[in-house]
Amino acid sequence: MSEPLDDMYRDIIMDHYRSPRGKQPVKSADIRSDGSNPACGDELEMQVEMHDGTLKHIHVDCKGCAISVASGSMLAEIVEGRPLEEARRIAELVRRMLKGEDVELPDDLGDLDALKGVRQFPVRIKCALLSWVTLINGLENYERGKADSDTPATTEDRE
Amino acid sequence: MRTNTNNRPATVQTARSRLDTNRIKRDFPILEEKINGHRLVYLDSAATSQKPRVVINAILDFYRRKNANIHRGIHSLAEKATAAYEHTRKRVAHFIGDVDPEEVIFTRGTTEGINLLAYTWGEANIREGDEIVITEMEHHANLVPWVILAQKKKAILKRIPITLCGHLDLSNIDDIITPKTRLLAMMHMSNVLGTINPVAELTESAHRQGAIVLADGAQAVPHMAVDVKALGVDFYAFSSHKMLGPTGVGVLYGKRALLEAMLPFNMGGEMIREVRFDRITWNEIPHKFEAGTPDIANVVAFEAALTYLEELGMDKIREHEIALTKYAIGRLSEIDGLEIQGPQEAELRGGAISFTDRDIHPHDISTFLDTKGIAIRAGHHCAQPLMRILGKIATARASLYIYNDEADIDALIDALIDMRRYFGV
Repeated sequence: MSEPLDDMYRDIIMDHYRSPRGKQPVKSADIRSDGSNPACGDELEMQVEMHDGTLKHIHVDCKGCAISVASGSMLAEIVEGRPLEEARRIAELVRRMLKGEDVELPDDLGDLDALKGVRQFPVRIKCALLSWVTLINGLENYERGKADSDTPATTEDRE
Repeated sequence: MRTNTNNRPATVQTARSRLDTNRIKRDFPILEEKINGHRLVYLDSAATSQKPRVVINAILDFYRRKNANIHRGIHSLAEKATAAYEHTRKRVAHFIGDVDPEEVIFTRGTTEGINLLAYTWGEANIREGDEIVITEMEHHANLVPWVILAQKKKAILKRIPITLCGHLDLSNIDDIITPKTRLLAMMHMSNVLGTINPVAELTESAHRQGAIVLADGAQAVPHMAVDVKALGVDFYAFSSHKMLGPTGVGVLYGKRALLEAMLPFNMGGEMIREVRFDRITWNEIPHKFEAGTPDIANVVAFEAALTYLEELGMDKIREHEIALTKYAIGRLSEIDGLEIQGPQEAELRGGAISFTDRDIHPHDISTFLDTKGIAIRAGHHCAQPLMRILGKIATARASLYIYNDEADIDALIDALIDMRRYFGV
């Protein structure tokens, strides 16, 4: 099998795709944020239960390709339990990484490195971005005092 | 894994005797390209077709030997360019069933042809309460202009639904096309389902109610003999680039009386007869609708595409595609977990074959196939409402043309089998 393909569909990506984390519904959603990539039809629903300024529980439901599902699953695994500010910082870091910037990931986020493989497939970058952009959008609205985003996030206008 | 190589349906053998795909492939320089280390297997002709050497050469030849602006030049080159441009118009007129060349308007493509109609005829003729009828399988090109026009004019947009098998459901057609219907806008062949729609039959129903009919022929004209007079339609739009010709060129056919009654679409040079600061008269059709300098070189080269298709014979092309579609559907059905959209009978459809995999998203399918040199399309195919009806967020689509053969289908099938193994499903 060709190497770029294996770079993108790394074992860790395929593992997240086959058994995505964050499937559990949250008890009460303090943040609701939807994302979609109209051009490919991918749709994502995100709900976050906040407690003491941290993302206590996160629910991610993504109807999309292996990359968008795996990326959303990794997001759920990584940001759950983190303070809002830290979650936002990580999301921004991933966004910049996917857009080709040379960013240094902290050790405890090492798994996210697996997402770098999509950068060799320009048309697929937006798949990996979808969940992170949806989170950024949701956190911004939460801080502005709105629990629901008015319009779904899309990587097509957040790039 | 090669499966079933000795056990191919006899129809494919027949197809082979009909179109010599080995010879045809050699006429298309791009098919010699290596894609990710593999031979290019091009299965995306419904998006755009590849171009034979004669078309590529015709573009070069125009710029090398004939280039000048058309219609108003009083020098030899301008006459040469004008003659070549107008020659394509005559050839198009012949190609779609011997219509009057003056009823052939060059546009930038199918989309522009439909917009021309919406902004001129639609603007002048659609009023509040009028009904515009479309189908549920329309491409956005024949959907968005009518949605917008209906909203603007407070007209009513009605839809002909589709059946589970991907045909138009005509059971309640008399409730859909009524005396209030002013326009029926429908695609001739679906770019997603492959369905060939009963344009002539529906045109008759629409005409009985006094409506006019536009057919979007973008997917039909490249693949089958189309006679717009036999279909009876008032307008018919299609694109050069899906039928071996260059991009940037399309055709809107319209019946003379309707075209003459319409206002121009774009205003500027060429479309006028006489201009004063306070009074302007329009040029004759078709020039009234061709303001500004058109894509002369590509219109001229489009003629080479028409000649190429005519030499193969549109009926033979259709037979080739029926046989190959039958083979492709049969082989795709061998793969567990694949679901094919649209009619399963090759005789009732074209060679745009949409499918989904139970376990693998169309984008992952397309990325995987690309690494094997196989080009297909994945997404909503500019038919989001249809996708919602089908209950899919996207489909993968392999689409066939004259240069495809059973070896291309076998490459696709082998890669899909590999793919399912790779993804562990």
